[in-house]
Amino acid sequence: MNPVKSLKAQKSELGESAFQLKVLNDEERIGKKLPLFRDKLLDQSLFPLKPTQLEIFQINVGKMCNQVCKHCHVDAGPDRKEIMTKETMQHCVDIIGKYKFTTLDLTGGAPEMNHNFRWFIEEIRKVDDNINIIVRCNLTIILANPKYHDLPSFFKKNRIEVVSSLPATSASRTDSQRGDGVFEDSIKALLMLNEVGYGIEGSGLKLNLVYNPAGAFLPAGQAGLEKEFKRVLSSKFGIVFNSLYAITNIPISRYLDYLLVSGNYGAYMEKLVEAYNPVAATNVMCRNTLSIGWDGYLYDCDFNQMLDLKVAAKSQHISEFDYEELSNRSIIINQHCYGCTAGAGSSCGGEVA
Amino acid sequence: MSSYYNSEDLPKFGKIGEFGAKDLAKDFFKYYGETFKDGALTEREKSLIALAVAHSMQCPYCIDAYTTDTIQKGCTEDEMMEAVHVAAALAAGVKLVHSVQMINKAKEVTM
Repeated sequence: MNPVKSLKAQKSELGESAFQLKVLNDEERIGKKLPLFRDKLLDQSLFPLKPTQLEIFQINVGKMCNQVCKHCHVDAGPDRKEIMTKETMQHCVDIIGKYKFTTLDLTGGAPEMNHNFRWFIEEIRKVDDNINIIVRCNLTIILANPKYHDLPSFFKKNRIEVVSSLPATSASRTDSQRGDGVFEDSIKALLMLNEVGYGIEGSGLKLNLVYNPAGAFLPAGQAGLEKEFKRVLSSKFGIVFNSLYAITNIPISRYLDYLLVSGNYGAYMEKLVEAYNPVAATNVMCRNTLSIGWDGYLYDCDFNQMLDLKVAAKSQHISEFDYEELSNRSIIINQHCYGCTAGAGSSCGGEVA
Repeated sequence: MSSYYNSEDLPKFGKIGEFGAKDLAKDFFKYYGETFKDGALTEREKSLIALAVAHSMQCPYCIDAYTTDTIQKGCTEDEMMEAVHVAAALAAGVKLVHSVQMINKAKEVTM
């Protein structure tokens, strides 16, 4: 049974970022002393961690969502009212028009639930026709209300890359993570996307899936999972897609709550530390990404955003954007960063090593 | 020793070479790693076979390891359970096929 309310609405201690950071550094809860992530980077002469180049501009346009997934690091849900304003969006459009980012990555919540979502994308296309725009679409939003039914056509018109979560090829495991009925609606939505050309060879319309483990384990190799997802989705439902990104669950927010409640927290943290991969550490996404919160504040990544760890710079808000300073900032790290360096590594685009 | 099987002992498996016969351990783990790589069979298929063998050998460590491994590789509950049924069917078959020996002997000693 999935939660019906966010941790924040439940007034859970874990709804507070300061408490999450306390848990992440609490040896007693883990059961043993784990090496500091900082020391791992020091061993590789990677500390302080510095950006390589600002390439990806990731914007969280709001925490409102039609789903309440058990692993959600945003603690998103229908009860979250934090939504990016048009004014903040305009600041983002201005920055995108001024600097050359390769990718704009829109996330949420369900980004489509922001009333200015379509206006925002059209404005971005006006200032940068070439930027690759990604929308992290949870699929079920397309069926949630008639006003969203035309989203596949809107995406197509604006040459959006659609990235959607699907943790399993079975209803039971998908629904256990994302809520009852989510698998069935996700399949319907994928078929709607295929129908307008998404995922179809030669269409130029990219449809990528995200695999997050539905439990306290790390993802297996991305290539093997992609092959299996392609085989099953094609043979059972006639669905095609481009790539599958295997993403490790980061131990914060609702996933941290799940780990604690299920008694898996200590073992999971140990697993992440044991699987530390120096190559993945070199390629972590925060080195080429900038994350913007719904209220315009700047972060090193979406996870730091949820932990309220703003960038270590004077220009912490989109309204005072300083490209040079942000390009030379030191990236803020903590124990949750082990999630991005375990095994083949993990980023919003999947494996990194 | 509170129990012969402790889940916290599983991660220590990779360190058996520290106790002795280091080269043999090294060779074994190299062979083990190579065996489970994609080949004529996929990693996923090999993991399901390992899950069935784990039950057949009644090894708690292996059941623990390959339950997680098959789930990680995207195997469904039905696939996992069917793999265990294969192990169970084989175990039953192994017993029952010996009944042929019983029948042969029975025929030999009876009129």
